[in-house]
Amino acid sequence: MTSSTPRQDPNPHGRYHLLIVGAGPTGLIAAQTAVSQGARVALIERNLLGGTCLNTGCIPSKTIIRTSRLYRDMRDAELFGAQVPSGITVDFPAVMERVRRVRARLTERVSAERLVAMGIDVYFGEARFAGRDSVTVGAKVLRFKNALIATGARPVRPPIPGIEEAGFLTYENVFDLTERPKRLLVIGGGPVGCELAQAFARLGSRVTLVQDESMFLVHEERDAAQLLSDALARDGIEIHLDTQTTRVRVQGDDTIVDLVNSDTTRTVAVDRILVGVGTVPNVQGLGLEAASVAYDGARGIRVDDFLRTTNRRIFAAGDVCTENKFPHIESVAGRIVTSNALFWGRERLSAQAVPWCTFTDPEIAHVGMYVTEARQKNIPVKTFTVLMHEVDRAIADSEEDGFVKLTVREGTAKILGATVVARHAGDLINEISLAMSAGLDLHALARANQPFPTQSQAIKMAAEAYVQSRSNPLRTWLRTKRLSW
Amino acid sequence: MRDDELLDRLQRGAFGYFVDQTNPVNGLVADTSRAGSPASIAVVGFALSSYPAAVERGWLEREDAATRTLVTLRFFERSSQNTDPDATGYKGFYYHFLDLASGKRVWQCEVSPIDTSLLFAGILTAAAYFTEETSTETEIRALARDLYDRIDWDWARNDNLTVAQGWKPESGFLNYGWQGYNEAALLYVLGIASPRHPLPTASYSAWTTTYQWERIYGVDVLYAGPLFIHQFSHAWIDFRKIQDPFMREKGSDYFENSRRAIDIQREYARLDPNEYRTSNPCWGFSAGDGPGRLALRVRGRDRRFFEYVARGVPFGPDDGTIAPAAALASLPFAPTLALSAVRNFLELYPEWTHTWRLPSGFNPSAPGADSRGWISEGHFGLDQGIVVLMIENHRSGLIWKLMRDSLPIRTGLKRAGFTGGWL
Repeated sequence: MTSSTPRQDPNPHGRYHLLIVGAGPTGLIAAQTAVSQGARVALIERNLLGGTCLNTGCIPSKTIIRTSRLYRDMRDAELFGAQVPSGITVDFPAVMERVRRVRARLTERVSAERLVAMGIDVYFGEARFAGRDSVTVGAKVLRFKNALIATGARPVRPPIPGIEEAGFLTYENVFDLTERPKRLLVIGGGPVGCELAQAFARLGSRVTLVQDESMFLVHEERDAAQLLSDALARDGIEIHLDTQTTRVRVQGDDTIVDLVNSDTTRTVAVDRILVGVGTVPNVQGLGLEAASVAYDGARGIRVDDFLRTTNRRIFAAGDVCTENKFPHIESVAGRIVTSNALFWGRERLSAQAVPWCTFTDPEIAHVGMYVTEARQKNIPVKTFTVLMHEVDRAIADSEEDGFVKLTVREGTAKILGATVVARHAGDLINEISLAMSAGLDLHALARANQPFPTQSQAIKMAAEAYVQSRSNPLRTWLRTKRLSW
Repeated sequence: MRDDELLDRLQRGAFGYFVDQTNPVNGLVADTSRAGSPASIAVVGFALSSYPAAVERGWLEREDAATRTLVTLRFFERSSQNTDPDATGYKGFYYHFLDLASGKRVWQCEVSPIDTSLLFAGILTAAAYFTEETSTETEIRALARDLYDRIDWDWARNDNLTVAQGWKPESGFLNYGWQGYNEAALLYVLGIASPRHPLPTASYSAWTTTYQWERIYGVDVLYAGPLFIHQFSHAWIDFRKIQDPFMREKGSDYFENSRRAIDIQREYARLDPNEYRTSNPCWGFSAGDGPGRLALRVRGRDRRFFEYVARGVPFGPDDGTIAPAAALASLPFAPTLALSAVRNFLELYPEWTHTWRLPSGFNPSAPGADSRGWISEGHFGLDQGIVVLMIENHRSGLIWKLMRDSLPIRTGLKRAGFTGGWL
């Protein structure tokens, strides 16, 4: 049975050790972690198990991105010494069918039956806090020792005159498309906007991308944003930075959109609009006041560094508390909450090395502190940079766009943060993330053995650059002396 | 040809631009030599700075140079400063581009703090050079002081710590972000030294907060991609051996940093990751004219070419265009390398010796009139200005010496925390 099959909710008995509202990745991981440690766990979901990530977010977008990369590679065949296949045509319905197929496969893995078999009580319905230690689901009252709110977020609906009337896509419904938009306007140059703009451009849509800031991915390193901007332009995307979308109207079959840059207005005609300008937390209807959980309609539930809300029994994690700067903390949050809620843990979110990635091509991944952040805190830092065009395997792969930047506290080998821009940056960042979590420094990364050639050699090269920079005249003299014997 | 002879020809060729492209009525100088070009206030700043060099080299009589300077300063003193859309400036700043004849704003451009700073670098150079007690030179000094004193630098912050990139009467302050090391050192030095409307001293440190100290290609550098960033403030300020808190922390100085930036440019050119240049690696990745908005597929690669943009390495943008003036203006930092680069350019494009004036850019991989690819038409004032000043600094250090004695420069550097060396 899948998550959408009707089923009977259990009858609550006793007090749950951990009650979880929201069965997205954070809730699922927390539930599985807690139940594996012997806790009695209730999991409440009002819609689909797996949440946004599985159903309308990360997984569908990565699926479509994979296909779009394939089309790009086919067109780039000559670059690899191969023939460009003749008559490349995009079968958009087939692309979307694959999205649904992949989603269905993964949904099976988080079916209610599997969760119940693990010992988790799964409830479907609207959860509402009835007090500081109880939640209602329909007519049922569930009591808890600790609770986790992981209800996620939903797309912002921008207050652009005419856009509601004209209609627009978001990450919630774009994967339901069965026909490729010939002309697509993407509003928002964050991760969602950039990923989907590039994917649709590669699948043959004529894409216009509008960003109201002076660069894409405003939280990332400027150089990463620059490389991304170049890549998007190469994919034929018409880019408008520092531009506001001010009005939308429908004229016949066309959707007409006014774009304003400073005091210059430009009008574009498109078939569909995709909006990716951020999210608002799902806090409405939860009865948070009854539970004494403080929140803000825009920024979500207020939590401390232990992910604890203003009610000490209740924790919150994920997009529902958007003040957290980490967009992908599902597994970390699940572990922190389980530890802190059930076992008197004192795990701090700020102590975690949490990597994240924007899955454009090249991908942009980051972990730890940004240089600007460090300098604002008066921490002297130095960055060791290796360009992917210095890396043998990247050259062999014709995947030379990007870099690895390792930032350390000046004069030490301690890694404060890292940014990787590369075709597979999301995979490369993990080695650095592991090193940071394990307290390993650049000496360790420089000593680590790697198969040759790999693109992760870039990380080793950056670490070796640090080691070389530490050579002093005395050490050099001693080495020379030793070799002369 | 001997190096000094080559440099003399190139410097004089570049200076000739200001003789050819200046409106004698108001002293404004065309942004480019192309028909219909407006004036650029930054180019005027370079022109004013080049007159003392021209006098010392015997290319211009002192009286002629002083008269040209006075005409220019009188224009800026008398031109309209208000919120009208066709004014010349506002709050003591000036619009980036002005009509060459009327001196009014064109292209709905912005009031530009950075271009105003370049203009005032020229005005202050003139004030430092024309020190005789003639009526012309006395008036030059008085006007320079009045014009500088009236700039409302504090307004240009728009209530932030750092200065906005511009302002327009139609839409207010520009929203453009300005992150990392850039050409604004001169702006902050002049801004925090102002006697009447200074920037807070904290503005300078706020600007340096976005710096990135990186080791790239084995070179430790305060990173900025385009070469002009490593040159423009240096045309006036002698950064040798003086250090602000950031450079003290890193054990370097901005002059040394520019040398290192050249090393990175050369290494990038040698590696040529985009496979643009097939032989004889050229460097000089900087702001400049380009082949235009073109998208071509060359040997299986999508090539996109740009118009006038700030090109930089190693993070881009790089469309294969080289700014020859940027390589030549590296002369004070790396004389041998700069001369070698220019000799290489002149071998590839011997027709440039007809005027000894370098074009804004060339791109062997973009379509052009012949097999050597695209070459920018005409000449750009900024390129000629930086060439005149940097050759002069290399040959005699004249501009640096003049500005070492300029009170705003000294005061600004000290307030920014610079110590050491000549300061």
